[in-house]
Amino acid sequence: MKSSAPLIFAFIVGIIVLLSEFIPHSPFNEIVSTLEGWFMIISGFAILLGQISLIRMNTHKIVHKLDNWQYHLAGLISFGLMLALGLLWGMQETPGILGDATGIQAWLGQKPFDYLFENAYLPLSATLFSLLAFFIASAAYRAFIIRGLESNLLMITAIIVIIGRTSIGTMLTGWLPESLHFWHFPNLADFIMEFPNTAAQRAILISAGLGIVGSSLRIILGIERSYLGGDK
Amino acid sequence: MRKTLLSLLFLILIGLLMANTFSAKDSPWDDGKSIDLVWEISPMAIKVEICRQDADEPKRVLLTCSDPSGSFRDNELEPNNEYHYQLKAYFQDDDLTLSASAQTRAQWFYMGKLGFLLLLLLVCGAILYYIQAARHGKEFFIRRIAGLDSMEEAIGRATEKGKPILYVPGISDLDDIQTIASLTILSHLAERAAEYDTEIIVPCRFSMVLSAAKEVVREAYLKAGRLDAYKPDNVFYLTDDQFGFVAGIDGIMLRRKPAANFFMGSFYAESLILAETGFATGAIQTAGTAQAHQLPFFVVTCDYTLIGEELFAASAYLSKDPQQLGSLKGHDFGKLVIILLIILGVILEILETSNLKEFIAGAIS
Repeated sequence: MKSSAPLIFAFIVGIIVLLSEFIPHSPFNEIVSTLEGWFMIISGFAILLGQISLIRMNTHKIVHKLDNWQYHLAGLISFGLMLALGLLWGMQETPGILGDATGIQAWLGQKPFDYLFENAYLPLSATLFSLLAFFIASAAYRAFIIRGLESNLLMITAIIVIIGRTSIGTMLTGWLPESLHFWHFPNLADFIMEFPNTAAQRAILISAGLGIVGSSLRIILGIERSYLGGDK
Repeated sequence: MRKTLLSLLFLILIGLLMANTFSAKDSPWDDGKSIDLVWEISPMAIKVEICRQDADEPKRVLLTCSDPSGSFRDNELEPNNEYHYQLKAYFQDDDLTLSASAQTRAQWFYMGKLGFLLLLLLVCGAILYYIQAARHGKEFFIRRIAGLDSMEEAIGRATEKGKPILYVPGISDLDDIQTIASLTILSHLAERAAEYDTEIIVPCRFSMVLSAAKEVVREAYLKAGRLDAYKPDNVFYLTDDQFGFVAGIDGIMLRRKPAANFFMGSFYAESLILAETGFATGAIQTAGTAQAHQLPFFVVTCDYTLIGEELFAASAYLSKDPQQLGSLKGHDFGKLVIILLIILGVILEILETSNLKEFIAGAIS
């Protein structure tokens, strides 16, 4: 029963959600909304599990002074600090246990939680995101090294798109007569993005869609069980 | 007498032509949340204004235009409610007010989704047929998927080097089918890792994924008969924040130097940051996602990439279960149907007939 109950539940819920896609009448919409609500409630409880896991793992590494335990200590202090500031003085419009921290707000210009969020968290997040620019450059360099026909084609296509999307593309081919306007770099870049690129992306999306149908059907029918932890 | 009759008919015809009509009707084949408004008034009108006049709400202008005839769909209404509408037409030196009302009703079928339903039934029917055929012992040829065949190689390399394996189940929650597909792959991978006695690290972005991943890895170790080697702390929660999660994983890659990295599931802007860092550490990398925009990044930076449907086929491919392999044949049948529909659609579009496109897109209701 322990192993078959989730399968029965997955089958019933799967069929209801599938039917609701085609039946707009009550009670299908309401059932799906309720199920979504249940998911949110379960997620809410699961957050606690996540926090417990976080604290336990970091504490274990700090207590046993494992490699790089200092990083874990920094992580735990940051977690505890933000939690404490949020609980004590709240954030934005929401007051905390000790109220709105009017005195601190007069000094910092905003609540302590918001201050740290805007001046520590956001810059750190943006810094990490900005690394993408360098990673794109290094990955592109590797991708464009000519090794064979495919990488050659890839490099030529990429150069056309890069030049076509910058002002230099217009400058280089701007002198071409109107009858050859297709060969203008910006037009060539648009053509590549609009037709070959879109066609390839749609092929991937269609096949992924079929994969999703197959996977969902296997889960609904209980053929696929490994996501539950076991095959039996 | 005949002359009088003709004049009368002419007057009636003119009257009919000049008749001002405004009607409201529940939209057919929908969820009861919209009403169709149709109007036809004298072409002399300068401006037409349509408002919704509800009893307990202030008058709300829905549309202002100068078209003497037209239609409008009022959306986001409540099912089984009566709605009152007013059309006000402004003429050079006069104005005209017409009223109409209708009740929203939910129907039992979205007619616009008929094409989608038929396609779904066809694909599901094919999948079920091939599963049934596999149950009766029919064997199917499944093409090799290099990314999945390389799993053994990756685990072997990690075992030889005595380094761990890093498995990232995407950055989406459990309600994303890609995460579910990722967990099914994790189940097979963890079992092999347990057999080889290789450590597997699974950082999770969401608590729900954490709970499922813990269970999946534990059961895999149990199945391999190595429950004693299972370390619950190796499957852990990092953070809900996208770039915080990436920073955490990058840190693990740089400090622990895993011999093999697996990025399976749903990925967004962080895909390249993860895969490039992994590349820099020299790990053998396998990625799989159905996010078309992230695939180029993975293709460039990873040794093997599962593209789109390969991610969903992975579990069936790895399990070698005939029933699951049968379902993969169903996917192939679906692809054949779609290829035929695309060819047919192109031919019909060239012939300037768009019925098939409208039927599939749900424009016919």
